[in-house]
Amino acid sequence: MTVLCLVEHESGVPIEASLRALTAARVLAAGPAPAADPALAGDAAQGGDAAQGGDAALAGDAALAGDAAQGGDAGLAGGPGLAAVVFGAGSLDAEVLGSYGVGVVHAVGPDPDPGYAPLAWARCLHSLMESVGAVAVVAAGTGRGAEVMAHLGAITGLPVAANCVSAEWDGIGVCRLVRQRWGGLLLEDAILEAPVALLTVAAEAVPPAPTPEPVPVEVRVVRPELDEADLAVMAAESAERASGASLATARVVVGGGRGVGGPEGFAPLEELAGLLGGVVGVSRVVTSEGWRPHTMQVGQTGTRITPEVYLACGISGAIQHMAGCSGAKHIIAVNKDPGAPMVSAADYAVIGDLHEVIPALVAALRERGLT
Amino acid sequence: MEIGVCVKRVPMVGGTIVLTPDGQEVDTRMSGFTISPHEECAVEEAVRITERLGGTVSVLTLGPAVAAEQLRDALALGAGRAVLLETDGAGWGPIATAAAIADEVRRRAEAGSGYDLLLLGNEAADTGDYQVGVRVAHLLGWPCVTGIKHIEFTEGGLRAGREYRGVSETFDLSLPAVVTVKEGINLPRYPSLPGRLRAKRAQIEVYPVSPAPEGLRTQGLRVPAATRQQARIIGTGVEAVPALVGLLDELGVLS
Ligand SMILES: Cc1cc2nc3c(=O)[nH]c(=O)nc-3n(C[C@H](O)[C@H](O)[C@H](O)COP(=O)(O)OP(=O)(O)OC[C@H]3O[C@@H](n4cnc5c(N)ncnc54)[C@H](O)[C@@H]3O)c2cc1C
Repeated sequence: MTVLCLVEHESGVPIEASLRALTAARVLAAGPAPAADPALAGDAAQGGDAAQGGDAALAGDAALAGDAAQGGDAGLAGGPGLAAVVFGAGSLDAEVLGSYGVGVVHAVGPDPDPGYAPLAWARCLHSLMESVGAVAVVAAGTGRGAEVMAHLGAITGLPVAANCVSAEWDGIGVCRLVRQRWGGLLLEDAILEAPVALLTVAAEAVPPAPTPEPVPVEVRVVRPELDEADLAVMAAESAERASGASLATARVVVGGGRGVGGPEGFAPLEELAGLLGGVVGVSRVVTSEGWRPHTMQVGQTGTRITPEVYLACGISGAIQHMAGCSGAKHIIAVNKDPGAPMVSAADYAVIGDLHEVIPALVAALRERGLT
Repeated sequence: MEIGVCVKRVPMVGGTIVLTPDGQEVDTRMSGFTISPHEECAVEEAVRITERLGGTVSVLTLGPAVAAEQLRDALALGAGRAVLLETDGAGWGPIATAAAIADEVRRRAEAGSGYDLLLLGNEAADTGDYQVGVRVAHLLGWPCVTGIKHIEFTEGGLRAGREYRGVSETFDLSLPAVVTVKEGINLPRYPSLPGRLRAKRAQIEVYPVSPAPEGLRTQGLRVPAATRQQARIIGTGVEAVPALVGLLDELGVLS
């Protein structure tokens, strides 16, 4: 049983979302659950709620994560069945992949190294899928992962299950899976019936878990045969990285919603964010009113944040907003309305007018010597 | 420039998401419907492009007869033509959806006014399949790129931009092409009164379509269990500030 997993990397270091994808792919590479233990399989598919850990993720189903993390099942150790596909692998840290159970790395390139060309990447996955007789192809549910898998689905005519939080075999060519809908606000239990299971793994949901028994990695260089047409759409990357603290990685996010009242109302929030070494994030009302740019939006159609502290001011806590902020370790709500969903969703709440509370907080922090 | 924009009717859910008792769908009895947000931006982008370069925006949706409401919303924003690929209301998978859209694109080409550009949202808010645009592109043999936040026209084609992991990347595509966009590419306008009136009177072209079974089958939906306890109220108004400072200190973000 070979399962191929597309692994993205930055300067040779696999990105975390790909390690999560490998963790999920390893379960499929281990093969079908033993027939003697059907209860286990059933449980894993349905028992998500009960098994759910305290992990901030909207992950519904910890079954996969739990199993894989403990590696209790020898079959989950990975090995030759789990193969990574890596583009531009010149500097790749293959050992890390071994620690995730990858037995073979198909290193595409370096000559020709297509760079990021979505169709070309999908063609390479397709030809590898055929040559190794893969039973599943998995990628992280990142922008690139989702795009490449959609191309692979279109090339093969096979269905693609997007943003899975768990997947396991339920017979030959039948995969029982749980996937995210509504940006993770809902979970869908689904059956994927296809000769090759194509899936992406939700970027936040599955905790990355190395295997307890790292395997030696064999690197095989793949030189793809590509048509010019496969390379027609190719990314030109700017050399510069966006600078400044980013919303996605900030340690503290001060959130502002409709309650801020207008573009000028953000000054105290920005000052507070500055004092706490954080950034300001906003709700969709704020961006659609044009008070702040969309790059600052937190939520299902904005950025997903994972700060230590999210201080949500004048934000009602609509589920689409929660889809972006429930990865925060601690949420503190500041809201006039004790009945606002954000107040019940938060860990702590201050009931009051943000126009009074935030300036007073800024003053108190300055008094403590914060600058 | 002839532009087709594919939009999807999705439930407008607010503070909570409620499922039907059989767990098969979102309960929409208490909520309205809306155009999925990325696609609202796709409509706006198309309207802006035709305002600059001329041409028509056709808005397409695959859905039940009531999805005409979302087509009218798009017409009110400036789309000139609306096409309903009418289903019987049952859920459709991405493979069949893409096939029905591709059929409509071909029909338009045969009628002599084919699209130069087809815009879709990066993913639908409800099903989140992340693939319809790419599948349509393959069926048509057109180039395609997804998740786009910037479009400009170049000689004979377009340049599409997005950010990926903090790096901005651009793609050059020849036309005709399929581009899927994300919210943030623009700030959609509010419909004008004349726009609304025009939309109300507009004719909608209707083509019935029938589904095909797909390999990915939904068994049911569920709401993930809440991961947080009920919030601790630490105080009211400015009186809460000392406790708030104490809390921030305790959480380790004051150093
Ligand atoms: C498909 C879809 C996707 C969406 N994606 C997103 C997304 O990515 N991100 C997002 O944020 N939204 C998203 N939304 C919109 C979402 O449903 C809500 O409309 C939005 O989040 C509400 O923003 P808000 O909380 O700022 O405003 P409101 O819901 O109006 O809430 C304002 C809150 O501020 C409080 N308040 C008012 N004045 C004060 C004051 N002086 N002091 C303290 N509190 C005060 C009020 O009590 C209230 O709780 C999406 C919607 C849809 C349909």
